[in-house]
Amino acid sequence: MKSTQLVAAARRLGAPHRRALGTAPEPRGARQSASFTLNLFRGQFEPAQVFPYPDALGAEQRQTLAELLPPVEKFFREVNDPAKNDAAAQIEERTLAGLWELGAFGLQVPCELGGLGLSNTQYARLVEVVGAHDLGVGITLGAHQSIGFKGILLFGTEEQRARYLPRVTGGEYAAFCLTEPSSGSDAGSIKTRAELAPDGEHYVLNGSKIWISNGGIAEIMTVFAQTPVQRDGRTVDKVTAFVVERAFGGVSSGPPENKMGIRCSNTTEVYFEDVRVPARCVLGGVGNGFKVAMNILNNGRFGMAAALAGTQRAALRQAAEHAATRVQFGRRLADFGAVQEKLARMALLQYVTESLAYMVSGNMDAGAADYHLEAAISKVFASDAAWAVVDEAIQILGGMGFMKATGLERVLRDLRIFRIFEGTNDILRLFVALTGIQFAGSQLQELMRAFKRPTAHLGLIFSEAGRRATRAVGLARGADVDALVSAELRAPARELARQVLQFGACVEAALRKHGRAVVDEQLLLNRLAAGAVDAYTSAAVLSRASRARRLGLPTAEHEARLAEAWTEEATERLGALAAALGPRAQRHGERLTALGRDVAAQGGSPTRNPLEL
Amino acid sequence: MSRVLVGVKRVIDYAVKVRVKPDKTGVVTDGVKHSMNPFDEIAVEEAVRMKEKKLASEVIAVSCGPTQAQETLRTALAMGADRAIHVEIAGAEYETLQPLHVAKILAKLSQDEKADIVIVGKQAIDDDSNQTAQMTAAILDWPQGTFASKVEKSDAGLTVTREIDGGLEVIKTKLPAVLSADLRLNEPRYATLPNIMKAKKKPMKKVSAKDLGVDLSPRIKVVSVEDPPVRQAGAIVPDVDTLVAKLKEGGHV
Repeated sequence: MKSTQLVAAARRLGAPHRRALGTAPEPRGARQSASFTLNLFRGQFEPAQVFPYPDALGAEQRQTLAELLPPVEKFFREVNDPAKNDAAAQIEERTLAGLWELGAFGLQVPCELGGLGLSNTQYARLVEVVGAHDLGVGITLGAHQSIGFKGILLFGTEEQRARYLPRVTGGEYAAFCLTEPSSGSDAGSIKTRAELAPDGEHYVLNGSKIWISNGGIAEIMTVFAQTPVQRDGRTVDKVTAFVVERAFGGVSSGPPENKMGIRCSNTTEVYFEDVRVPARCVLGGVGNGFKVAMNILNNGRFGMAAALAGTQRAALRQAAEHAATRVQFGRRLADFGAVQEKLARMALLQYVTESLAYMVSGNMDAGAADYHLEAAISKVFASDAAWAVVDEAIQILGGMGFMKATGLERVLRDLRIFRIFEGTNDILRLFVALTGIQFAGSQLQELMRAFKRPTAHLGLIFSEAGRRATRAVGLARGADVDALVSAELRAPARELARQVLQFGACVEAALRKHGRAVVDEQLLLNRLAAGAVDAYTSAAVLSRASRARRLGLPTAEHEARLAEAWTEEATERLGALAAALGPRAQRHGERLTALGRDVAAQGGSPTRNPLEL
Repeated sequence: MSRVLVGVKRVIDYAVKVRVKPDKTGVVTDGVKHSMNPFDEIAVEEAVRMKEKKLASEVIAVSCGPTQAQETLRTALAMGADRAIHVEIAGAEYETLQPLHVAKILAKLSQDEKADIVIVGKQAIDDDSNQTAQMTAAILDWPQGTFASKVEKSDAGLTVTREIDGGLEVIKTKLPAVLSADLRLNEPRYATLPNIMKAKKKPMKKVSAKDLGVDLSPRIKVVSVEDPPVRQAGAIVPDVDTLVAKLKEGGHV
């Protein structure tokens, strides 16, 4: 190695705290990404998809959206009756007819194929209105277009698009058929099979699906089945996606399930008995079904966050109006500190949810390739937050909150499923942690490789060593984030940057300790996932509040306070993460897993009551 | 078949709580939700239904006002009007715009566009004037069917059922005629999202009052705009004599 290179490397060693954003000497060969969350796991603050807050609407799109909102709001205020829909466990006929006429079933289908051609951001805003009024209707619309026929939009051939999109915007319902009695989260284990017929012109489909939204009313379904394919000279089973029409024959559905919530949404089992599916109905290529499914679900996730932002806004309004008028002990509820804290926390959760929804949709509209972790986080956060917000709204309303007439109990029942379907929150948290760790791991592998051949990679080693050294000594200040946020938010932003750096250290420590076996350390993975959510949500609100200040919005003051409050608590939790990986936490984790095993083995609580009777 | 001209006005939305500006020159309109005058929605609906019943061949929507009036025209187009005319009036001229000015504008446009029926809402919910239809008819010297709750085609023209204080009055008019829509005339359709998208392609023409030869010089001066006085509490009196005494006391008699 030349002496000049040595000098250059040494110079880099001496300046780790002036690390510019995203310009750390990257190991050659490790995957790069613009995703904030992925880079977080490497301890790097990647602002590309977070700062500035995306401005995803062109002038024309903004005007269109402004014209579309009033009729949608009017329809849900005056025509749709959520209480009636819930009581009858069915959407009223005239409401469904009105929704079709309104054009609500084809929001993102291109105009020439019968839809409105809306962008993700426009779709999010309209779905927010639906979420504020009736989640059951929201799921009927979402199961149809967000996942039901989304595969045709994303993966369909010209012929498939021309054939099916006019139908699903013209009155025929669609459904997404993946889940089976023995395959929920473990989607790869589905048993429905599609065997290619000897003539090679069609497949024969057999199997049954469970809990399919719109299952009883859909004419056009995206169905996932195992198909035998040739790989390396052997025949293996791979999942393939198909467009299946009820009219093919052999398709039947069970009675509507009796559900806790979203009762007006039709949920049934769907059975396929020797269904002849033409080969032209293969969607996205034979054997690509898993990828198709994951892409469809990823693509639709932001919609849930948007809808739930609307739900939370409505609940918060109800709670705030009540707190501002109800008087007890001679004072309005809103004048008591305990109630103020409740309202504040509800407002924080709503603000974060909304910020995430429009950040993800904005990034998608801008053509971002890596948004799946952020979309997953937005779904997990939104559904957890919505449950907390509506639950607290009921609490604020007291006995009235418990009454059907108030409407909140229905919303709470409707919300519960959002933590379960479209990827359970539990799975999505693990997914975020594992994907992040894999990303971090790939960089570490490169570093390991560099250490094996040090002379070729001295520069890299010096910079990394310097980075770790200053980090370990606690001198690291993290990325220079001042320019990204408004002046008033610099302090919380710097704290976040520090925590991002430390998070990377935690991930690395976890990898060093467990290696590949880290995939089974679920308690650890969940801690890391929670940390990732805290970091991303903090970045999102800092970005949004900075934008408010930059645009001089009348809410800028309030938003800055929201961003500060959220980041304060989130970074504090992040600060405690290192301890969560220490020996004490390790012992506690072992305690918990042992308890969990006992409960499962005993089929319930392992103890009797204290009376031993 | 007739050509129908519909006048629509952009007003503060009916659900908004109107607030007076601190300088008392008017009400707050900045950042406040506006929409089409509800009676004008009914007028547009009636015009579109006439077209659907093949009584009319074309529906032209007209609005007088600043740039934002185009939003109201787009709503009319989304409801089914074929084309729109925006008479651009802004600033001080718009503040002092009166039904007489609008009537002159509508009259001129009706002649230019060869309309057979002019229909407007019976009154706007911001000024409650209830004058434009009547004045337009007078300027054109056309018959008028105001407060219409039903409009049917007859051999010679139209049969209009009018809502009057005593009940309903049925009149027959020849064409051309001016109508004003009352509440029970129809229930306006929702603008569907696809129709909103289609409306973007429909023609919208912009003209000025000067182009139409209408003088917008103000005929009124706004002296002040104030909240109505806060309602005072009442009192219950035991008998009529006490009532008369109290009325005399208060100087009301």
